Amino acid sequence: MSAQSDLTARVTRPRGRVTQWVGGDGLFRAVVTLCSAVVLVTIVAMVIFLLVQGFDAIRHYGFFSFLTSARWAPSEADPTQSSPNPYGILQFIYGTLITSLIAMLLAVPVAVAVALYITNFAPLRLRRGLSSLVDLLAAVPSVVYGFWGIFALIPALKPIGDFLAATLGKIPIIGVAFSGPYFGYSYFTAGVVLAIMVLPIIAAVCREIFATTATSWKEAATALGATPWEVARVAVYRPSRTGILGASILGLGRALGETIAVTMVIGNSVLAINKSILGQGATMASVIANEFTEATEPFHLQALFVVGFWLLIVALIVNVIARRIVAAQAAR
Amino acid sequence: MRTATLRTGAVAIAMLGLLDACGAADTPSSAATSSTPGATAVCQGTTANPGYTNGIANQPSQATSLSGAGSTFVAPMMSVWTSGYAAKGVQVAYQSIGSGGGIKQVQSGTVDFGDSDAYMKDSDIALAKGPILQVPLVLAPVVVTYNLPGVTTALKLDGETVGKIFAGQITSWDDPAIKSQNSGVSLPTLPIATVHRSDGSGTTDIFTDFLTKESPSWVTALGGATKSRGKTVAWPSGIGGKGNEGVSGAVGQTSGAIGYVELGYALTQHLSYADVKNKSGAYIEPCNQTVLAASSGVTYPADLRFDLTDASDTHAYPITGTTWALIYQNQTSASKAAALLNFFSWVLTSGQDQTSSVNYQPLGKDLQRKCIDQLKKMTLNGQPIVQ
Repeated sequence: MSAQSDLTARVTRPRGRVTQWVGGDGLFRAVVTLCSAVVLVTIVAMVIFLLVQGFDAIRHYGFFSFLTSARWAPSEADPTQSSPNPYGILQFIYGTLITSLIAMLLAVPVAVAVALYITNFAPLRLRRGLSSLVDLLAAVPSVVYGFWGIFALIPALKPIGDFLAATLGKIPIIGVAFSGPYFGYSYFTAGVVLAIMVLPIIAAVCREIFATTATSWKEAATALGATPWEVARVAVYRPSRTGILGASILGLGRALGETIAVTMVIGNSVLAINKSILGQGATMASVIANEFTEATEPFHLQALFVVGFWLLIVALIVNVIARRIVAAQAAR
Repeated sequence: MRTATLRTGAVAIAMLGLLDACGAADTPSSAATSSTPGATAVCQGTTANPGYTNGIANQPSQATSLSGAGSTFVAPMMSVWTSGYAAKGVQVAYQSIGSGGGIKQVQSGTVDFGDSDAYMKDSDIALAKGPILQVPLVLAPVVVTYNLPGVTTALKLDGETVGKIFAGQITSWDDPAIKSQNSGVSLPTLPIATVHRSDGSGTTDIFTDFLTKESPSWVTALGGATKSRGKTVAWPSGIGGKGNEGVSGAVGQTSGAIGYVELGYALTQHLSYADVKNKSGAYIEPCNQTVLAASSGVTYPADLRFDLTDASDTHAYPITGTTWALIYQNQTSASKAAALLNFFSWVLTSGQDQTSSVNYQPLGKDLQRKCIDQLKKMTLNGQPIVQ
């Protein structure tokens, strides 16, 4: 009897408490809704802010005129002239995309390999330590990556860059993309720095994804006589492809917006699209970081806000495309 | 290689706050390796601290703090001054945000004074809340620094050659134009990497002012004299580095690089720098004496807005600049006005004796007197403060 009453007591007590908090559900719902609304409102407010701040330049030169030129020459801005627009930004869009592309090409395969090793191949004792080391890479401040890029990475990449310029650079047509001289400060170096910066993000997410793959699949594959490599391919990598893409999007987001580390190693050439990845360039984020403190030419500061606006738009477009790809993968 | 270890040591000591190292800063550098007898002789020997005593009589003031913002070029100097001046019970907070930022903050009146390496133009003053006193504080050379492994003597370069290099028209170190000025120096067949400022900068303004005066090729390449000088210009080629640090870092890291920085940065990073040909045709090493020479014999305008580049004195280093404190002529707070007068009067007298500890040069006698006179124009609600 006493056991019976204990049981009911245990059940009824919490129930009683919940009924006392009538309206708690509604409150909770409101708080959660509010929080997500804040995110949405922030984004919208940011777009509006950038447009308002850049409005003078947009009104003076025209909304799309910034996208018709790859020449950024604030010193040539003349308040009495609205054409040609001295604030062309195509070279920055190009710089942002090409450095992110190089970063993704280098980082994704390595990150997947690192995650596979940690989850499937590393001795158990090593796994935890290795995981923390990868996470630690993500905690290094970007300005440190920049310093390291200048003083360690550039000297280390010098022979590689010289080699690329001397070999690929001499081939007709594609040689343009690798023509020298390579001085270190370049899209290529910026891409490599970015690769190292996004690697831990992608690796950490992939690690979690791989860890959640069904053990039964792995066991089944092993039972069928699959080698460890085949197990990793069939039972871990295959079912995780969507997840890997998702992880890459996270990394890409960081690569697109990364500012200081890129500014320090890209060479900050703003006058044209440099066709060679071994040449100097600039990204949308780097030009803002470089110039906003001394943006004293006519419409200069406003034009930087326009750059910020387009950076947001480019990031949104890239994200939407990437999400589409993930969705298509998941549907398969 | 000329790296002036002695003076670099003095910088380090000064950074530790041992300001008495000023004297040591003037010991002759290892620059004696320069092969221009004339230029070297000028730079040898010590220069005495100016020891100016013509300051404005101390004004009674209740203010215990002043705020300033602007030039990064003058920031190392300003930190020596502010820490020295703190002993007098007034904290001067200087934000090193760049000359353009300094001008903006003065225009909006958010600081007690600004500082810019390019003087405020009439169009800048029009945006301010009233007339501005522009007071030069120190002189400093912008040096043409380079990284050429194996070259141990100071290169000699004229303005036209430097202009062509930065315009991307001379692309290799063994170009005849460089060779002809440096007989006896074995110049490597190495591509030239030009390094310039990626941010707007007073240093750039001084450097491009010189190029505009001395290099027709530079002016043509940039599309005219109005476009070839400024805090930002449309660099036809090269690597952009952020700040003096960014440029000196890139030059130090890149063999074959050439850039321009304020002298102190070249010294602390042990970079080589060139002797530059001046208006009278001599190749001049940047040092205390040659910078001071650039400011002598100049007729200064009443508003003290002038350029010191390409001066005519035979010993003048041609890429010399200054930095201007920007102060509202008419002040509305008696205590702030008195504090500003006291601080800048101190900077222009005792403060000048500390300049060489951080590789800046004190103002010449004529200029210093004019600066004090400029300060005396300050008014309080329209009434003169100093009689």
